[in-house]
Amino acid sequence: MHSPADKPALSLSRIAIHAVLLIAVLLYLVPLVVMLLTSFKTPEDISTGNLLSWPTVVSGIGWVKAWGTVNGYFWNSILITVPAVLISTAIGALNGYVLSMWRFRGSQLFFGLLLFGCFLPFQTVLLPASFTLGKLGLASTTSGLVLVHVVYGLAFTTLFFRNFYVSIPDALVKAARLDGAGFFTIFRRIILPMSTPIIMVCLIWQFTQIWNDFLFGVVFSSGDSQPITVALNNLVNTSTGAKEYNVDMAAAMIAGLPTLLVYVVAGKYFVRGLTAGAVKG
Amino acid sequence: MATLEIRNVNKTYGSGLPDTLKAIQLSIKDGEFLILVGPSGCGKSTLMNCIAGLENITGGAILIDDQDVSGMSPKDRDIAMVFQSYALYPTMSVRENIEFGLKIRKMPQAAIDEEVARVAKLLQIEHLLARKPAQLSGGQQQRVAMGRALARRPKIYLFDEPLSNLDAKLRVEMRTEMKLMHQRLKTTTVYVTHDQIEAMTLGDKVAVMKDGIIQQFGTPQQIYNDPANQFVASFIGSPPMNFIPVRLAKQEGRLLALLDSGQARCELPLGVASDELDGREIILGIRPEQIALGTGEGNGLPGIRAEVQVTEPTGPDLLVFVTLNQTKVCCRLAPDVACRVGDSLNLQFDPARVLLFDAASGERLDLNTANASVKDNVTRLKGR
Repeated sequence: MHSPADKPALSLSRIAIHAVLLIAVLLYLVPLVVMLLTSFKTPEDISTGNLLSWPTVVSGIGWVKAWGTVNGYFWNSILITVPAVLISTAIGALNGYVLSMWRFRGSQLFFGLLLFGCFLPFQTVLLPASFTLGKLGLASTTSGLVLVHVVYGLAFTTLFFRNFYVSIPDALVKAARLDGAGFFTIFRRIILPMSTPIIMVCLIWQFTQIWNDFLFGVVFSSGDSQPITVALNNLVNTSTGAKEYNVDMAAAMIAGLPTLLVYVVAGKYFVRGLTAGAVKG
Repeated sequence: MATLEIRNVNKTYGSGLPDTLKAIQLSIKDGEFLILVGPSGCGKSTLMNCIAGLENITGGAILIDDQDVSGMSPKDRDIAMVFQSYALYPTMSVRENIEFGLKIRKMPQAAIDEEVARVAKLLQIEHLLARKPAQLSGGQQQRVAMGRALARRPKIYLFDEPLSNLDAKLRVEMRTEMKLMHQRLKTTTVYVTHDQIEAMTLGDKVAVMKDGIIQQFGTPQQIYNDPANQFVASFIGSPPMNFIPVRLAKQEGRLLALLDSGQARCELPLGVASDELDGREIILGIRPEQIALGTGEGNGLPGIRAEVQVTEPTGPDLLVFVTLNQTKVCCRLAPDVACRVGDSLNLQFDPARVLLFDAASGERLDLNTANASVKDNVTRLKGR
């Protein structure tokens, strides 16, 4: 038995492994590097240099211009994503609690049907959703988009929470009932405090899904209510005037930053949550 | 402090499905310790959940202190339960676990503190109050689970196999402690177990269950000495009772059971002869400790020579296995008996202590008091 420390620090196979990994990392990072470099270049710089060349003058003009164009839509996205994530997670938690611990006649069938929601392509719900939003008077509003995202996300959040709660022993709920606690007291005092890992998974998943959504955004919003993904597309796809790649790249970076931030902050919970239930604890 | 009565309770999980509980009839007095014992799937845990109100009954009634609680929710029944898995709230400290039920019942904080202190002292868990359940050993978790039940001073305690997750040594310790606790607190208790030793040692009353039916309900001594049928006789006792198929024969106005060890034969007198039973095959039940080693021919008990096939010294006893009527029979002898495999032993049976069972139904037969026994059996059956 050799512990890793016993091995020579630089064997040939080790160097090979690291080299391969390094190349993979570089390949992965190239698009990001190109985006970042381009976003800090001036338009002249872009037209003369190549993609990977260092900017001759580091210029923030692209970022300033991009922020000026998309900041309204950035806040739209926040206004859509934050409530939609919170509401869908909250309802998903409650659904999962009921479906795993307060089974009723037909609850398995109900859960089975709900799972269909996970496999439904976005496109199939466009028309009915549009019709419903119209009837509710929510067409082309951020609230309308919140509603669509909550409804669409429920299938996933319910699945997450239900599968997490199934691994919690029934006896806990029984004990709490004998202690005199009711439905919501048990949920709030016993079940929710145990749910941190799965709440994190749900928040990250939903945030990424909703923030990155383009299809619902482009269909159910217009003008001032558009999320940033749609605005970015509009910005990049303009056919008038010269292409301002620095602005495009800066705007794309702005659109991508929040999801990156969420992963950095809560990523460890994500991994932990995905493996939760594998080991009893 | 309460009486518990279970009147003709039925439970089924849906029409068409077999009944989980069939006409359960029990009653225990204030302060009694009732054991529900039986193999897994016999309905004992279901019955306990029904008493707790965690499951609804399909028919009959459950009465606590002569009040029908069948329709009441668990929290209104004033009972506390200790679960097999302990079911401690993992995010709460030991103190919070014990306090939870009291807080929900809106007890003033001063009274809660006093109660937690009392229970913690009783169970010697004072030094653990700040810890989380995950930081406790199995035995400590078990104490906390009991503490949570004791804290409310409920009318009835329910224990659902509370010792089965402990290792063997701790289980024996906790068993004694539970008995002490019950002697001190004298609270009516229902205790579910599949362990016949717990049933014998802890209970004032024992209900042996199988297939959702109470096979027998009585004191541990009644269950042990006077089992209602072959199932009860086989379930209680370790090593279990021997069951030997025998043929009955009528001779000189007496009924005899014929035993054959391969090297000898023996006629065991069983009672008054009746034509009905002549030539019938029945099951003869005898506990290992009721087979004695014959010292001579002097004491008048019938005996038989049999060859020793296996010996198992357990320390306090020597278990010797012989074959009678092609059936393996275990005899529990004193540890200083010198015998080796292949030896022949003279084994004696006291006909008065032998039990007889119907070969087909497994019901008890009593030949000595022929007619009265039939009546006994009928009343026993009705009692279910």
